[in-house]
Amino acid sequence: MTIAAAAPRRWTKPPLIKRAWLRWTLGLGAALYLALAFGTTDVNWHRVWEGLPRGAQFIKAFFPPDFVSRWDEIVEGISETLWMTVVSTVVGIAISVPVGIGAARNIAPVPVYYVCRGILSVSRSFQEVILAIFFVKLFGFGPFAGFVTLSFATVGFYGKLLAEDIEDMDASQAEAVRATGASWLQWINFGVQPQVMPRMIGLGLYRLDINFRESAVVGIVGGGGIGATLNTSFDRYEFDSAAAIVLIIIAIVMLVEYSSGYLRRWVQ
Amino acid sequence: MLRIRGLIKRYRAGDLALNGIDLDVPDGQVMALIGPSGAGKSTVIRCINRLVEPTAGTIALNDSVITGLGASELRRARRRMGMIFQEYALVERLTVMENVLSGRLGYVGFWQSWLRKFPQSDIDEAFRLLQRVGLDHMADKRADELSGGQRQRVGICRALIQNPELLLVDEPTASLDPKTSRQIMRLIKELCAERKLSAIINIHDVMLAQMFAERIVGLKLGEVVYDGPPDGLTAEVLTSIYGEEDWSATIRKADESDEAPADNVVPFEASLPSRDRLAGLT
Repeated sequence: MTIAAAAPRRWTKPPLIKRAWLRWTLGLGAALYLALAFGTTDVNWHRVWEGLPRGAQFIKAFFPPDFVSRWDEIVEGISETLWMTVVSTVVGIAISVPVGIGAARNIAPVPVYYVCRGILSVSRSFQEVILAIFFVKLFGFGPFAGFVTLSFATVGFYGKLLAEDIEDMDASQAEAVRATGASWLQWINFGVQPQVMPRMIGLGLYRLDINFRESAVVGIVGGGGIGATLNTSFDRYEFDSAAAIVLIIIAIVMLVEYSSGYLRRWVQ
Repeated sequence: MLRIRGLIKRYRAGDLALNGIDLDVPDGQVMALIGPSGAGKSTVIRCINRLVEPTAGTIALNDSVITGLGASELRRARRRMGMIFQEYALVERLTVMENVLSGRLGYVGFWQSWLRKFPQSDIDEAFRLLQRVGLDHMADKRADELSGGQRQRVGICRALIQNPELLLVDEPTASLDPKTSRQIMRLIKELCAERKLSAIINIHDVMLAQMFAERIVGLKLGEVVYDGPPDGLTAEVLTSIYGEEDWSATIRKADESDEAPADNVVPFEASLPSRDRLAGLT
């Protein structure tokens, strides 16, 4: 055999960027920028040192958490937040189903597709806090503004993911239902819905989870709920009550996250 | 009686899939459509129930012209044509029963179907059909729990519960083993005989086509190049359809029984991805 006599062919992994000069320019450029960025970060170490005991005092003020003296406000805030979370998730999903179906390229006619994609991108282009500031100005302080904010944000999230799931579906299953002479709605119900349902239930629960967390943030800018209660307690320097609220929020987030994770595993 | 005249299909990309097909399928005839991949077999079938819109030509089923029907008339026309798919195309997350009953969607209203409140007669018929194919004990299983052969039998039930006048069968055996393929083809043939149904069966497997069809139509590049009895498939004919190849193992000997040994089956590109054949579904 002559194979042993042949020189071994060397192999190395091809580089991510083929052109050597571009690779080096990008690498050096990034390194230079980072160095400059760190170099120009202005940290006043003296002030940091002075601030440390104040920070420690601030943290100390949180302990022990005071659940009692503001309990009524806390209960009211939590129930408002839960109302906001559930109602906005339900309403948001209800609106996003037709929008999401319309935004699926493989089943919607072109004009409908562009309108629905437009709705989705408008809804997705603003962060919840920005939307909340806008809707609080529009509807006044209180949970209604928070509800509108979260519903609006849910449409963008859920509609986009629904549309993408429909675009990824198995076309032959849907085609088979169409071939039986089904009407459009029957086709959606029998051919499309079963294919996207498990993921959509999972995403609905996930969105419920997100909406609960966001509702606390939305409250801080005037959207009502536990966020408003939290903000008030900070404004009054009642850090022990604030600590209680934060602990309750953490507990509920953990509860929602754990149970939605469990339910999602169950529907898969 | 299905009558196809001058059927032309040109896809938007510009390629000509069908170039003037003329075909008559009398009542009760089981016809096999053979030809290489890309010859237009799937397109013919999908033009008949207009899952693919024909570019030109007319198609008529029992004197009602299908080309040119409006949306609701097309739905009524589709009820009369049962379709059986390669890779079964069952809705995997629905139960076997729901899949069979989906064949009645053209007959029931939206709310009825949405609430799964199908008429008792439909449910009786569904159970009867499932029993006929030996699957009535599986009614509440999810479709994706079944084996390939079982799924295809559910697919057959879905097509038959439409009470069709014509069966359109697209590669029914492409993903089945040789034995199950034969069982499925025999089942389709028997059911067609029981119900005096005519059928168009797209099939890659020439041996199976010869075994179970009474008429063979060979398609090449969107044109009919052979139309005749199974025995007329000589080496020259197969070469004209598929191109040069040694056909001696494929051609059925006159004295050979229907049950040829399984290892003689010639797998013509049987493993092509399904999407390639779903012509026009972009």
